[in-house]
Amino acid sequence: MTEVRDHLLSILVRDEPRVLTRITALFGRRGYNIRSLSVGSTEHPGVSRMTIVVSGDRGVVEQAIRQLEKLHDVVKIIDHSLEKYVDRELVLVKVAITPESRVEVRQIAEDFRSRIVDVGRHALTFEVTGDEGKITAFIEQMRPFGILETMRTGRIALTRGSNADIPTHVYHEGETQALQPTLEVQPREERARHVPNLF
Amino acid sequence: MADNGKQHAPHRGDMTGAKALWATLANHGISTVFGYPGGAIMPVYDALTFYPEVRHVLTRHEQGAAHAAEGWAKATGEIGVCMATSGPGATNLVTGLADAMLDSVPLLAITGNVASHLMGTDAFQEADITGITLPITKHNYVVRDVEDLPLIVAEAIRIARSGRPGPVLVDIPKDIQLAAFHGEIPAPHARPEAPAPSPESVERALELLRGAQKPVIMAGGGSLNASAEITALARAWDIPVITTLMGLGAFPSSDPLWLGMPGMHGSVAANRAISEADVLLGIGLRFDDRVTGRVSGFAPNAAIIHVELDAAEIGKIIRTHVPVRGDARQAAQLLAEGAQPTPSPEWKAQIEDWKSRTVTPETYGAGYAVKAVVDRLRPDDILSSDVGQHQMLAAQLARFEKPRRWINSGGLGTMGFGLPAAIGAGMAEPGVRSVVIAGDGGFQMTAQELATLKMYDVRNVKICIINNSFLGMVRQWQELFHEKRYSEVWLGDSNPDFIKLAGAYDVPGYRATTAEELPAAIDAWLSDPKSALLEVVVPHEHGVFPMVPAGAALYEMIETEPAKSPDLSAQMQDAAEEASEA
Repeated sequence: MTEVRDHLLSILVRDEPRVLTRITALFGRRGYNIRSLSVGSTEHPGVSRMTIVVSGDRGVVEQAIRQLEKLHDVVKIIDHSLEKYVDRELVLVKVAITPESRVEVRQIAEDFRSRIVDVGRHALTFEVTGDEGKITAFIEQMRPFGILETMRTGRIALTRGSNADIPTHVYHEGETQALQPTLEVQPREERARHVPNLF
Repeated sequence: MADNGKQHAPHRGDMTGAKALWATLANHGISTVFGYPGGAIMPVYDALTFYPEVRHVLTRHEQGAAHAAEGWAKATGEIGVCMATSGPGATNLVTGLADAMLDSVPLLAITGNVASHLMGTDAFQEADITGITLPITKHNYVVRDVEDLPLIVAEAIRIARSGRPGPVLVDIPKDIQLAAFHGEIPAPHARPEAPAPSPESVERALELLRGAQKPVIMAGGGSLNASAEITALARAWDIPVITTLMGLGAFPSSDPLWLGMPGMHGSVAANRAISEADVLLGIGLRFDDRVTGRVSGFAPNAAIIHVELDAAEIGKIIRTHVPVRGDARQAAQLLAEGAQPTPSPEWKAQIEDWKSRTVTPETYGAGYAVKAVVDRLRPDDILSSDVGQHQMLAAQLARFEKPRRWINSGGLGTMGFGLPAAIGAGMAEPGVRSVVIAGDGGFQMTAQELATLKMYDVRNVKICIINNSFLGMVRQWQELFHEKRYSEVWLGDSNPDFIKLAGAYDVPGYRATTAEELPAAIDAWLSDPKSALLEVVVPHEHGVFPMVPAGAALYEMIETEPAKSPDLSAQMQDAAEEASEA
């Protein structure tokens, strides 16, 4: 199987009671690993959008998608590994400062185009927005000064281009993409493995 | 009496949520509901008296209601309906819902709940049944507004029977049942068309079949509605057919192409054919671990075509060469077109040789008794089983000519399933015999449903208890894998007198204890004009064989019961360990 890595999924769901539980319970029950999850409303009343980062190999992620499609409240699933997308994450980072480090910390933040959202005597709180790489880099740069607290929203994503992800008619059954063969058919001779005759 | 209050349906009066529920069930053609009343569902039971067109069957336990609804659904292919009150009533349905989920049974469960304003306050008999059943239902609902109730019930029925069927639960707070309803009762949803398989996938499958020399078809529970098409397909290509535990009846067992059941207690022919096939065409199945044995040793030489409605099942366990997602019936039809018989003569000869290795039980015991009973079945009779050794024996030995005549708990393996399921099936089809084979252990889990037989004067349920005084399947595993340490499996000193127990419910009882007594006892039991019970007392320690030990591949099956010897357990353990290391 393919390597284990993070996969970004957007899931459009009907805004019904327990829909979040249904999705997280499915992940929990089947042992899929959620790295981050964020939920919000959309421009369509009654439809919420989740971005979930799932960690696993391709097989695990495909299985997760197909199980999710069976949930009645799931309207659509977008697997961002199949198309171009933009993604962002917002992080609040509280960094310890001293009179000596203050200027340098602010300079680093400026380089990252990060905004200061709170100023204290011994700490500055920054808001950083960007893709994962930028946020990781920011945190690494700040680490030597002392990171007091962080909170991340989790990644959110949209496909690129002008196409809206939400179908006009949202109450349709989930449709699986045409299934691709998971294995090449080998010539018979190569297929033949030994079946020991134990009788 | 059972029909109390129904002879003269009073004027229905003002519509309420509870009446809207019955009206919706009635206009969906639901004729029978299995259930049990209680505090939080009393308005529904009150409204029932206004709807004589729906028959309510009072079971003796909510689990019995759920399994009876399953039996109804499995026999007819139509949705089964069960009903319970809040809290303990609802939680007693849980086993049946889980069972229906794993066996893809269309089931509608209606539960009452405490009034809306009490929900979440730990009120008397409150349980979060939608939370509890979330992973074991296809979907579930809490009705929050009475005007939504009929729409939700209609939608629940649609979901339960569409695509891959399954259970749906609708939880109705008491105040919603009582509230005035002003809306319209909706017409049933049209049944959605099952998706057709893509032409490309069918073409790729055909290509594989054309090149096959050792092909085999494996048909599961998802193929029961495609029985005629699969039979035509197999005959056109001259390909042997294996039917799984859930697929028994999808292909007529009288056909020489039939190889029996695969898996842990499958036939020699089925398991060997899977192991040596070069193309395996799986239709409507999910490659359960009891079917595959060790996955890495499953069909090691085969290119696998998997026809399945539920995309999530394709590639879940077995990696598939040609996935064919869609309706089994349409797929089988398309695959039958342009058929050209391909199996090599050597393959056919090989199969015949394996088939000749089928062992018929010749000495008196559980297998002998089960065979004597199933040999007496008519093609229309429904055979249900409970769970355990007798279930595997019945699956091995019974012969089915058509689908939906075999009812068992395959996925969940629910002891206590047999009797209530047979009652549900028997009430669905009063014109045929509904025979159930159970063990002495499982029978006692739902034995109180004998009262349901009595209450409704059900005359076509024939109960056969294979009594070996043990929880036989667990005992068999303890014998083979735990050095005969028989831990908590002996029932012999505490079993009731089953004949007397049945008699207490006015169910006539018959008993056989030897091979000589058996034929006459079966005659008397089957010819009794009432539902009746037959107890067959058999030796304690017979095992079910063939058997594939857990963790072993199908080709590592043990064909016949090994001679009882002290070191048998050690041998079996070695075999299982070797297999798991391989």
